[in-house]
Amino acid sequence: MTTLNVPARPEQDASLRPVPWRLMTWVTWRQHRFALGGVAVLLGVLAVYMWITGLQLHHAYAAAVACHPASSLACNGLARNFNNIGGFLANGSPLQAVPALIGAFVGAPVLARELETGTFRYAWTQGFGRWRWTLAKLVALAVAVTAATGAISVLFSWYYQPYFATINRTLGLNEPSPLAIGLFDLRGVTFAAWTLAAFAIGALAGMLLRRVVPAIVATLAAYSGLAVAAGGFVRQHYLTPVVTRSLNLPASAGIISQQWFARGGQPVSLSALGQFLQREAPPQLAGKGGVPQSVSTWQYLVQHGYTQWTTYQPASRFWPFQWIEGGWLLALSVLCIAVTVWMVRRKAV
Amino acid sequence: MNVIETSGLGKRYGTTWALRGCSLSIPAGHVAALVGPNGAGKSTLLNLAVGLAAPSAGDVTVLGGQAAGSPGALDGIAFVAQDTPLYKNLSAADMLHLTRSLNRRFDQRYAQSRLAELGIPLKRKAGRLSGGQQAQLALTLALARHPRLLVLDEPVAMLDPIARHDFMATVLTAAVDDGVSVVLSSHVLAELERVADYLILLSLGRVQVVGEVDDLLGSHRVLTGPAAEAEKYDGRLRVVHVRRGEAQAHLLVRATADDPVPPGWEAHPVGLEELALGYLREPDAAALPGPAHARRAEQPEVAK
Repeated sequence: MTTLNVPARPEQDASLRPVPWRLMTWVTWRQHRFALGGVAVLLGVLAVYMWITGLQLHHAYAAAVACHPASSLACNGLARNFNNIGGFLANGSPLQAVPALIGAFVGAPVLARELETGTFRYAWTQGFGRWRWTLAKLVALAVAVTAATGAISVLFSWYYQPYFATINRTLGLNEPSPLAIGLFDLRGVTFAAWTLAAFAIGALAGMLLRRVVPAIVATLAAYSGLAVAAGGFVRQHYLTPVVTRSLNLPASAGIISQQWFARGGQPVSLSALGQFLQREAPPQLAGKGGVPQSVSTWQYLVQHGYTQWTTYQPASRFWPFQWIEGGWLLALSVLCIAVTVWMVRRKAV
Repeated sequence: MNVIETSGLGKRYGTTWALRGCSLSIPAGHVAALVGPNGAGKSTLLNLAVGLAAPSAGDVTVLGGQAAGSPGALDGIAFVAQDTPLYKNLSAADMLHLTRSLNRRFDQRYAQSRLAELGIPLKRKAGRLSGGQQAQLALTLALARHPRLLVLDEPVAMLDPIARHDFMATVLTAAVDDGVSVVLSSHVLAELERVADYLILLSLGRVQVVGEVDDLLGSHRVLTGPAAEAEKYDGRLRVVHVRRGEAQAHLLVRATADDPVPPGWEAHPVGLEELALGYLREPDAAALPGPAHARRAEQPEVAK
C-alpha cells in the first residue's frame, strides 16, 4: 500500500498556471542529447582539423607573400606549398554536408520518432500541452544548432582568409570569388542560416511523413534541391548584375555569363572566334585549338571589332548577399517551424 | 459532474466512420468500462476524450464541461495509451523526471515508493522492463500526476494473468482510496466483472448500452425454458438475445426481479460478462437512457 496521503480531490485552480517553459530544457536535452552530442563531435572534429590546417595555411601564405624576389624559384615553391595545403577543403564542398546532416539527424526525428513509436500519445497528453511542447523543443534545438554552426563558420572565415586575401597574382596564387558556389554559404551568416533552414525542413518533414527514415531522406532531398537552386539559379539575381565590356575583371568577381559579339552586334560563338584566330591571327596568338584564353588574344579580338560583354556580381556585394540569403532562409525556417507547430496543434481543440 | 460527455460525436478517417453519433455521459466517481469488439471505436472515443484526435462531428467535453485537450483537461486527465508507449531508451527514473517536468503536479515520493513496491529498478531502461513492468510504470506515472480522471486504453491486453491482476488492483486502489474516476477500454470481459461499476458498450461505432452496472444487472434477467417455446416469447418479452441449447433456450431479457416469469420458465440474475456478450451478439439491440432511445428511433439502421 502507499505510504502517502494522496489528496482525494486536488484543489481546482481557477487560474490554471501553465507548466513553466524552462522545464522543457531538461526534457529537450535528455531526449536529444545523442543528436546534440553527435553534432558537437562532428563540429568538434571539423574545428580541430580546420584549426591545424588553418594555421599551416596562414603560415604558408605569410611565407609566400614575404618572399622576395617574387619570381624566384624559391618563392614559386612557397606559393605552390600554400596552394597545396587545404586539400579537400579548399573549395569548401565537403562542408556543405553539415547543414544537411543536422537537418536530417537532428531535425527530422524530433516529431517523426514520437509519431512512429507512438510516444506522442504520452507526450501530448501531459499537462505541458502539445503545441507548447513542440514549440519549446524546436526552438531550443534550433537555437543550439544555429549557434554551434554560427560559431564554426567564424572559424571557416578565418580558415579561408588567405585565399580571399590573395591579390598577389605574381605569386600565381588563385583568388576565388567570395560569391563562388560552395564557398559563399560557408562564411558570414549563411552557414548558420542554412543549418537552421535544414533543421526546420527536417522537423516539418518529420511531422508530415510521421516516420524517421522517410523523413531523413526527404530532408536530405529537400535541402539538396534548395541549396542547388539557390546557388545555381537564385543567388545571382539578388541584386541587378553589373554588365561590362572590360576585359580586366577582378578575379574576385562572381561571373554569371560572358559572350563575345561581332561588330554588328550579333553574338559570336567561341568556336567561330577560334576559326577567326586560326585564319587571321599570328600563330602565337591563335594558340592550340583556337579558343581565346590569354589577355593578348582578347586584346587582339577587341582591336578587330569584337566585344566581350560580361555579366557579373562584384565581390563587394558579399555582405548584402549574405543578409539577403540569411534573411530568406530565416523566414523559411520560421515558416516551417510555425507550420509544424500549427499541425501539431490543429489536432487538438 | 460528468468526466466525459459527448453528443453526436463522430470521427471519420478518410471515408470510414470509426465512431458515429455517439452521445453518452460518464458520471464522476466510477470505474467505467468501455467494451466492444475490435474496431468498435473504443480507442477512437478515448483519443477524442483526451484531446489526441479532433472530432469530425459533434463534440466532447471532459471533467464537467471543459473542452477535450484544453489546458485544464490535460491537467486533470492522465492517459495510458494502448501498448503503454514509453521512451524505451530512458530509465524509469528519467521517465519520472520527464513526467514531473511536463506537469504541474507530480508526486515523486508516491511514484518512487510504488516502483520500489513493484520491484522496478529506477535505473533500468524502460525498454528493458517486462511488459507488466512497463504497464505498471506507465500507470505509476499517470497516478503520480494525481489526476481527477484516469483513462486507460486496453491496459491489460498484452499482459499475462498475474500482471493483469496486479495492474487492475492498482487501478482499483486509486479509484477507491483516492477517488480517481477511471475510464478503461477492454475486450477482456472477465477482467471487468471485478472492477467496473459502469458499462459503456460500443458496437460498430455506436453506443449500444450505457449505465451503472448494478442498474443494468438489475434490469436484465436470463430466462431458461423449453427451446420450443423460445419463439413464442421472442416478440412478447423484451428479449435482447436468444441462446438455444438442445432442449433449453436462454433468453436475455430486459426485466426486473419483480416482472412475471412465464409458466415453465426459470429466471436467473445475469452476470456482466453474459450481459455484455448478449448485447455484443445483437448489434441492433440497445439499452440506453432516455434521449438516446429517440435518437435510435430516428436512425434505426445500423451500418453492417
